[in-house]
Amino acid sequence: MATTLTLKELSKKEDRFTHGHRMCSGCGAPIVVKIALMATDYPVVISNATGCLEVSSCISEFTAWNVPWIHTAFENAAATLSGVETMYRSLKKQGKFDREVKFIAFGGDGGTYDIGFQSLSGAMERGHDMIYICYDNGAYMNTGIQRSSATPLGADTTTCPAGSVIPGKLRSRKNLTKIMAAHNIPYVAQASPSHWQDLAKKIQKAHEIKGPKFINVIAPCNRGWRSKTNDAIMLSRLAVNTCYWPLYEIENGTTKITVTPKQKLPIVDFLKPQGRFKHLFSPENEGLLTQVQDEIDREWEKLLKEAKTD
Amino acid sequence: MKPKGWKDLPPGSVVLEGGSAAKFKTGSWRAFRPIWKEENCIQCLFCWIYCPDMAVKVKDGKRGDFDYDYCKGCGICALECPGKKGQKAIVMTEEGK
Amino acid sequence: MAKVVAVTGNEACANALRQVNPDVCGIYPITPQTDMMQRFASYIADGKVDTESILVESEHSSMSACIGAAAAGGRVVTATSSQGLALMWEMLHIASGDRLPIIMPVVNRALSAPLNIHGDHSDAMGARDTGWIQLWSENGQEAYDNTIQAFRIGEHMDIRLPVMVCLDGFIISHSIERMEYLEDQEVKDFVGPFKNFLPLLDLDKPKSYGPLILTDLYHEYKRAQHEVMTKVKDVVLDVAKDFEKLSGRKYGIFETYRLEDADIAIVILNSAAGTTKDVIDEFRNKGIEAGLLKPRLFRPFPFEEVAEALKHVKAVCVMDRADSFGGYGPLFMEVASALYPLERKPLLLNKVYGLGGRDYLPSHAAQVLTELHEISRSGKVNVLKEYIGVRE
Repeated sequence: MATTLTLKELSKKEDRFTHGHRMCSGCGAPIVVKIALMATDYPVVISNATGCLEVSSCISEFTAWNVPWIHTAFENAAATLSGVETMYRSLKKQGKFDREVKFIAFGGDGGTYDIGFQSLSGAMERGHDMIYICYDNGAYMNTGIQRSSATPLGADTTTCPAGSVIPGKLRSRKNLTKIMAAHNIPYVAQASPSHWQDLAKKIQKAHEIKGPKFINVIAPCNRGWRSKTNDAIMLSRLAVNTCYWPLYEIENGTTKITVTPKQKLPIVDFLKPQGRFKHLFSPENEGLLTQVQDEIDREWEKLLKEAKTD
Repeated sequence: MKPKGWKDLPPGSVVLEGGSAAKFKTGSWRAFRPIWKEENCIQCLFCWIYCPDMAVKVKDGKRGDFDYDYCKGCGICALECPGKKGQKAIVMTEEGK
Repeated sequence: MAKVVAVTGNEACANALRQVNPDVCGIYPITPQTDMMQRFASYIADGKVDTESILVESEHSSMSACIGAAAAGGRVVTATSSQGLALMWEMLHIASGDRLPIIMPVVNRALSAPLNIHGDHSDAMGARDTGWIQLWSENGQEAYDNTIQAFRIGEHMDIRLPVMVCLDGFIISHSIERMEYLEDQEVKDFVGPFKNFLPLLDLDKPKSYGPLILTDLYHEYKRAQHEVMTKVKDVVLDVAKDFEKLSGRKYGIFETYRLEDADIAIVILNSAAGTTKDVIDEFRNKGIEAGLLKPRLFRPFPFEEVAEALKHVKAVCVMDRADSFGGYGPLFMEVASALYPLERKPLLLNKVYGLGGRDYLPSHAAQVLTELHEISRSGKVNVLKEYIGVRE
């Protein structure tokens, strides 16, 4: 079912994720969710890992979800959705259900890169027909900005604070998008809410592909990133333009960069507006700052090569 | 409203009404208020797509005013607004001033 | 017509699941359960059931997937043991809190450390507070019968709770016994079609499962959950009545053996009850009035009925195949609580036996009955809790 991806047409659709949710002012995650849900006309069923999005979108009798939604625990959005999707297939096979439904799981980086990694890997390997969308804000924001394996090198969090001896996180984030691609599933992509059309297109494309799909979406968190409430889109755009968060997809093993920055900006443009990187700009951490830039350059070069060889 | 007793609750804590969060108004969170200046608006709808709180009213593809019942005043709309001839169509003002 | 077969407990449970023909099942291997669900997997492979399996990567995911499937709207089963049940622990509470009637045979096995694959009740006793209904089974026949009845109990519209059917690892799961199978059609008719309740796949009425409930309502939700448990006993008895009509086999909330006129009694779960009954007969032949109470429904625990059944007994030994370290055995705690309101209470003692599959021998039952006999005369309990069948 094709939805025309113009803002004018999209704006005529009923909200599947409504106002009245209690995400922080200026949060990136609800922007990701609304775009993901409006990108398709298919009926969808959502599974949600415990996290900011979950606790803020369904409290007591107030749910922001105008589509069927299930939350069970932190580490198992993919496993829970496996069950829903399998029941759907079973009932369809037995002639007890006849509608076409699409399945989407949402998890933050804690619930996806870390504690939910096993259940995600299992669900993808089993081949369930679903899209798993990670909204990656780079730390455990719901519990108060603790380090996750998605936290970038050098970032200051409450469990890897920038102290007088240790300058924040000493490890680089793991590349989950590539790890999911290594599952040889039919579709893997990286997206950003700043590039809403690119994100919506990827969702649309993913829905038309049978089997497991994974989309990793950057979702700025002004509380955890120590930035302003108005900069979620600006920062996610900078993440793309500095190649911190390249927009690409891997369809049946073929890598394609979907948005190439007109001019690749230095990583400091992305880091500077964020308080979590403030200490990187003091003279003693110059080496770390160089290391951050070097890693981004190296990863970007690698990605360019992968996309070229196709 | 009288708080619910245990006999009034839905089994398994299932929320039976989709989209019921609309009954919960978040406008009171706002410290800054976006003001829409229609004369500078080019109807790009970026404010609508980027609003985390679905607080920009659009009817028949045309932007209307803000929905202050829900707007939390983050200011993303104002920052992203391209405006017309260098003039923003959305400006932020401090609430209560 | 019943069919007489010689099968293992695992095989019998797998056959019960085949006859019920659930919509979805979660499968993950763990000794001694493995063999049950691999048998069920071959039913799927041979097209003997409509079930879609989810071959999960852990028991945590198995229970998570079962919850998702049950919420979607359909009949869901899985099975586990020991560490697997322990890994599910978090999700067990969510299955019951969400009121999802998932049916799960639990092949009882000891918990690590040290690692041990043999039968005791540590696993299911650790899950007694998870809000699941627990049915316990002495032998393969009871495990088969309980599995079938579990669907009617859990799916009852006044209940809608998950049910564990407990059977002893290896002793029952892997021993071949003579038992009677019902006809496929009889089981199908007895269980009936699955009745949906708030299915997530009802697309036109979108529902949200699993909200955040804080101090304003959480307490009320738990009170409501408690209320449901108070209704389980009557449903279990009603279902048992129907089952008796079908099978000729009578079930209650517990079984008593020569208890009505007993002076001394043993309370014991599952397979060890069979051995104990034999020894009770020997003691009866010697003129000692011994009897037995074997709980079938452990959650919810039928306090009043247990007290009524034991109130005339002079001395009772509650035997636990699990320990609550630093406390009494879990079965003892329930029986002691049940007897407390009585004005004239039996003398009570607690023995821990058979951990990690250690054999429970007739001599152990005889030792306990002899001690009970002495206590019934002297009125004195020397050691309230102790291990038996243990080397010094």
